[in-house]
Amino acid sequence: MAVPVVFFGLFFAYPVAAIVGRGLRQNGAWQFGALGDVLGDPGIGQVLWFTLWQALASTGLTLALAMPAAYVFARLEFPGKSLLRAVVTVPFVLPTVVVGTAFLAMLGRGGLLDDLWGVRLDTTVWAILLAHVFFNYAVVVRTVGGLWAQLDPRQEEAARMLGASRLRALRAVTLPALGPAVAAAALMVFLFTFTSFGVVQILGGPGYATLEVEIYRQTAQLLDLPTAAVLTLVQFAAVAAILAVHAWTVRRRETALNLVDAAHAVRRVHGAGQRLLLGLVLGTVALLILLPLGVLVERALDVPGGYGLGYFRALLLSDGGAFLVPPIDAVGNSLGYAAVATLVALLVGGLAAAALTRRAGRFTRGFDALLMLPLGVSAVTVGFGFLIALDEPPLDLRASWILVPLAQALVGVPFVVRTMLPVLRAVDDRLREAAAVLGASPWRAWREVDLPLVRRALLVAAGFAFAVSLGEFGATVFIARPDNPTLPVAVARLLGRAGDLNYGQAMALSTILMIVCVVSLLLLERIRPLARGTGTAGTPLDRTGAF
Amino acid sequence: MPITRNVARTALATCAGLFAVAACGSGDTDEAQSKQVTLVTHDSFNVSKAVLAEFKKETGYTVKVLKSGDAGQAVNQAVLSRDNPQGDVLFGVDNTLLSRAVDNGVFAPYEAKGLDRVPAEYQLDAAKHRVTPIDTGDICVNYDKRYFADKKLDPPRTFEELADPEYKNLLVTENAATSSPGLGFLLGTAAEFGDEGWQDYWKKLKANGVKVVEGWEQAYNEEFSGSAGGKKAGGDRPLVVSYASSPPVEVLYADPQPDEAPTGVLTDTCFRQIEFAGLLDGAKNSEGGKRLLDFLIGKTFQEDLPLQMFVRPVAEDAKLPKLFTEFGAEAENARSLDPQTIAENREAWIKSWTSLVVK
Repeated sequence: MAVPVVFFGLFFAYPVAAIVGRGLRQNGAWQFGALGDVLGDPGIGQVLWFTLWQALASTGLTLALAMPAAYVFARLEFPGKSLLRAVVTVPFVLPTVVVGTAFLAMLGRGGLLDDLWGVRLDTTVWAILLAHVFFNYAVVVRTVGGLWAQLDPRQEEAARMLGASRLRALRAVTLPALGPAVAAAALMVFLFTFTSFGVVQILGGPGYATLEVEIYRQTAQLLDLPTAAVLTLVQFAAVAAILAVHAWTVRRRETALNLVDAAHAVRRVHGAGQRLLLGLVLGTVALLILLPLGVLVERALDVPGGYGLGYFRALLLSDGGAFLVPPIDAVGNSLGYAAVATLVALLVGGLAAAALTRRAGRFTRGFDALLMLPLGVSAVTVGFGFLIALDEPPLDLRASWILVPLAQALVGVPFVVRTMLPVLRAVDDRLREAAAVLGASPWRAWREVDLPLVRRALLVAAGFAFAVSLGEFGATVFIARPDNPTLPVAVARLLGRAGDLNYGQAMALSTILMIVCVVSLLLLERIRPLARGTGTAGTPLDRTGAF
Repeated sequence: MPITRNVARTALATCAGLFAVAACGSGDTDEAQSKQVTLVTHDSFNVSKAVLAEFKKETGYTVKVLKSGDAGQAVNQAVLSRDNPQGDVLFGVDNTLLSRAVDNGVFAPYEAKGLDRVPAEYQLDAAKHRVTPIDTGDICVNYDKRYFADKKLDPPRTFEELADPEYKNLLVTENAATSSPGLGFLLGTAAEFGDEGWQDYWKKLKANGVKVVEGWEQAYNEEFSGSAGGKKAGGDRPLVVSYASSPPVEVLYADPQPDEAPTGVLTDTCFRQIEFAGLLDGAKNSEGGKRLLDFLIGKTFQEDLPLQMFVRPVAEDAKLPKLFTEFGAEAENARSLDPQTIAENREAWIKSWTSLVVK
């Protein structure tokens, strides 16, 4: 418990409190009047309203489009499935600038819809909603699908045997079992879309702003710290409310489910209905995810006078102009940072999950929610907080490389906790006691008992933390040093310059970012077979879909 | 729980290890520190390796560059860390942000050697020398040469002409609230039409179909039909708010290099940005910082500037590269505004601009 508490105190609570405090304390006196002033501003009211309803709409749309996919990925066997599952996670790591570009190409002028029906969706709220689906599709597919894959299909079959229609069996047996996972996924999506920044900024155009965009504007552009502090507190309150609901649904579903190994629940596709469903899901994935990604790849290969690898080759040159090093070095930097960040996140998150498993009570539950807060606090707040809080030796980390993985780990920890917690809770304490009685040292007992049981969850958690770290941009851009930019920072920098070569290299680097992500996730899936039968009756083999 | 405690101990040890590494990474020895000068700047900063090596040869100092976001963020960070600056010199505060930095007491006065080679019009703080001008850049409307040739239409020349009906739905610009070229263009119109007139002008621009997008990347790489990125993306706006140096950049990063830039600059629509550097108050290595400021307006660095950051040097003895003289445009009468005027009106102007044009 000590490590996560210290970690969060030092690298999250303290910096954020420092920057918020700086905003609310002017000339030595607290300015709580600012609270009323800001909240009374009709412009801010409008921002709040837009933030709320677009998040609700995005969450609804994401669930509607991704739930069938969760079923298909969980229950049906088709070629290329694991590759496709890795690919739908790619949006997670792509910088929003790049995704915005791809979406504009589809939804804007001359885009697909424009060609077909003369419909243009850029700078409408539809572009925002669809991009949110693009980004969060994987959250639903992986979390709901993860649980669905392990629900014992015999229960539904039994219901059908007893005369229930397929729909009724789904409604009466499967959905109630899935309900809590769906709620948890929906809340995650809601949290991400509520605090959406880049998507809204780019696709919405200047007419739309979320709370997060407004905080960024007030802090980074206007240096209006009092207003930013009030808005940060408002967002805190909103996120805390979301997390409270989330925690409530998580607790409510601590019911025992009859889970089986995912491999036993998978069926070959049969029947027209299933084929239709599979077709629809694959079509949606193709249109919504593969097409935008394809656009980026196409542009990366679109060199003057035909297609080729010219832009990829250019990445190897050091005199590209935007950097002191060849842009390709960013791949190594990104992988290195992400690896350190993943280690830190696993360590902190794993220990937090372990502590939360063993202790109950209001305090630990509160801590559980606290660990999720970094997902809901804007990067600019954390970045400026680092700047004014971590500026004295021995913790003058402002210029240190370690800040990058630390900031990335902050966002990774919630994923680790959410993934590990359910599995750790399912480990029978008597097993550890038995090991101890038989003379195993605590370390050995952990290695022999806990590790094999949580290994799979650990890998999935590592995958998420790694992907999040690879794609993290907001905090990294504050602290990345010029001689070692990360991939998203390098892409943004290249896009910030005119000229064919810079644009092409930005697209080529984005393509590499995609490939790195897919390969990492596939490698993680490969390690999966090592998870052995768990032995204890009633222990879920895998509840990793449970955040 | 002995198990947890054990794991915790391992974890603490690992953490301690991480910090030790971090400390080694940043905590240079005292001697190295005194030979190092830290330059805080924005993301667009660039310099040739050879030029940095030259500085080291001349002075014995190595330069450590610390980039932090865009120019606005870099200045805000300097203001926030005023009591304990991140480095010795801040480069990249421009005339639109100058008052914020100076009024907050970020800089310590220093008159750089060689300042006499810099025209007086750029020395906005000549009385106190808290900042030193380093480069200038012009924010101007760029146009797609091929579009206007194909349509047999003359490109517009002035701010007024941009609002003429034959240029309806052709211009794309950036959000003045969040993008620096967007703000520059707004300030240009404010300088041209005055505090009273610019709002009427923007009403006309809006009626003439000006499109506002969030940032330069989208405007230039997506919407503009003349840039390499815009061509790929199918951009359909032949007029964009960008920089006077954008055409040379289009040439430099094209392969093969064309004889003529595909885009041009409307030189009568420019707003001049002047970028400054200053010695941070409380700098740990103020001696090195001073040498760095001298170096920044020295001939070597000034001649390196154009091809690294696509701006113009301020020193009169610095020669422009061929790329600039051949493909670049010079804005003879670029608009500008006094930093104090900008500081006083910025918020109000952005607010009324937003409600006028965006909402």
